[in-house]
Amino acid sequence: MTTDAIPTPRTAASSAPAVREVPTGAGWFLRDTWAEAMRHLTATWRNPDLLVFATIQPIMFVVLFVYVFGGAIQIPGYDTYEQFVVPGIFAQTVLFGSAFTGLGIAEDMSKGFIDRLRSLPMHQPAVLVGRTVSDLVRNLFTFMVMLVVGLLVGFRLNGGIVDAVIATVLLLMFAFAFSWIQALIGLSVKSVEAANSAGFIWMFPMTFISSAFVSTASMPSWLQKVAEVNPFTIVTNATRALYNGDDPGMDLWWSLAWAVGITVVFGLLSFRKFTSTSR
Amino acid sequence: MTEGLKKRFGDTEALKGVDLEIERATILGVLGPNGAGKTTTVRILTTLLKPDAGRAFIDGIDVVADPRRARARIGLTGQYAAVDERLTGFENLQLVGRLFHLPTSDARRRAHELLERFSLADAGDRVVKGYSGGMRRRLDIAMSLIAEPSVLFLDEPTTGLDPRSRLEMWDVIDGLVADGTTTLLTTQYLDEAERLADDIAVIDHGTVIARGTPAQLKSRSGGERVEITLRDPDQLDRVRALLGNYVLDGVHETVDHAARMVTVPVHTSEGIVPEVVRALDAQSIEVVDVVVRRPTLDDVFLELTGHRAEDDATDDAALAGAQGGSR
Repeated sequence: MTTDAIPTPRTAASSAPAVREVPTGAGWFLRDTWAEAMRHLTATWRNPDLLVFATIQPIMFVVLFVYVFGGAIQIPGYDTYEQFVVPGIFAQTVLFGSAFTGLGIAEDMSKGFIDRLRSLPMHQPAVLVGRTVSDLVRNLFTFMVMLVVGLLVGFRLNGGIVDAVIATVLLLMFAFAFSWIQALIGLSVKSVEAANSAGFIWMFPMTFISSAFVSTASMPSWLQKVAEVNPFTIVTNATRALYNGDDPGMDLWWSLAWAVGITVVFGLLSFRKFTSTSR
Repeated sequence: MTEGLKKRFGDTEALKGVDLEIERATILGVLGPNGAGKTTTVRILTTLLKPDAGRAFIDGIDVVADPRRARARIGLTGQYAAVDERLTGFENLQLVGRLFHLPTSDARRRAHELLERFSLADAGDRVVKGYSGGMRRRLDIAMSLIAEPSVLFLDEPTTGLDPRSRLEMWDVIDGLVADGTTTLLTTQYLDEAERLADDIAVIDHGTVIARGTPAQLKSRSGGERVEITLRDPDQLDRVRALLGNYVLDGVHETVDHAARMVTVPVHTSEGIVPEVVRALDAQSIEVVDVVVRRPTLDDVFLELTGHRAEDDATDDAALAGAQGGSR
């Protein structure tokens, strides 16, 4: 059918729209990052169910490991199993928490939100930094809950407050580094489901083939070798020593190096992927 | 605005040289079937994709050389409503305003204005999750308008909407026109381009195959025609002589004896029906029916490409697949 609504031609507007140059100083990078981080934190605050479920699993782990295995497992050098296992579960919790980064980015991508952000005059890296920073805050919150649960089951900060704070900062740095690995995964996969599988699947062997739950000395020797080079073992050993008032030795520096190295490498890879204009 | 844009995805040449320009305060409809290269063109113009060849400008700013400044002048509404459904409508608007680096007070004021203008004022403080599809689309467009862009890109804004939301969206776009927003609209619906656009560029297989106002494009496919059906097919040949004043020079009527119908291209259909009836009546030629046909863009598309716009989906599935695969 034909419509008669042939638009009447308009003359070009005589006045060009006000020419607006967007301010782009470095301060705006922080503001953009803050705006993006607040977008995610507001959303998390508003839908706490995600946070609750993310916290229930590690709480279950604490309870199961301490009460089910605790009686059966003796670790040389530790009076109680909880002094040994609770730091391991801390490390596992913050590592798993980093997977939200990839999920969130994949979701933003699938909904076209990333395309919108990429078409804005904002500082582009702020999209990713805002995301990882918000996940860091979320992880800090989860850690605080876990700490309370740990104290309830008998875990004690034998190393004092300063060492405990250093250990916690180390854990969060490690989680932040893994957020960047997850960011790259989230940017690379084509769906939220894929981000979910690709983000979690390797974390189970990574956390179990480590010193988080048992001493690596009890493993077959080939597996022991794998576990000992696992960066997750190194960060667990370093933080466990600090929480227990022992000397972390080189593990402290190695885990710092891992955290910084992963952050730099995967941060750069993620930025490159994000700003890629070949898609 | 664009000159000879080219883009290749693997073995598929998605754009083979696209030239487009938009007059300020008008709507350019980029019309074409799935996989014709519409979205690729929009993605290049909105700095999301780099062309392999060719240049594109927004307000004279080269989008490849100076993407940041170009981004300050565009608004993009893609094929999906790009809204954060965990936030409220107001928060979504304010966020985009902040990321455009508007002063906070301006961002708030614009957010309120736009909620009002897109009939979302009551829903502004509700989380977007509860919005209908049409509301999300309106919010999406409002977010694209927050910094008063020089050019608004609407990439298939009605794809996937139900008929009612589609009409609603047309009203919204009409409103943009009234406000003087320069808009590039892509669509695969001919009626949509005809209804909304001042100028149309028909794009197929990565090239612009025709350009003009809807009226100009329609006249390309022969303009208006009168179809006269007679009781007695033997009298068909007499009809032309009677319509001398109307028939376009150098164009021939077509006579279909089986259908007892003669089709005559004409300059104008104004007043032709009564005249035809009177003339034929005076000659005692019995008329069964007189119909004036105005060409639709469907006819135009058929004329230009040799296939109907709708039939193209299968044709271009390979191309669309290649495009999707390389994202």
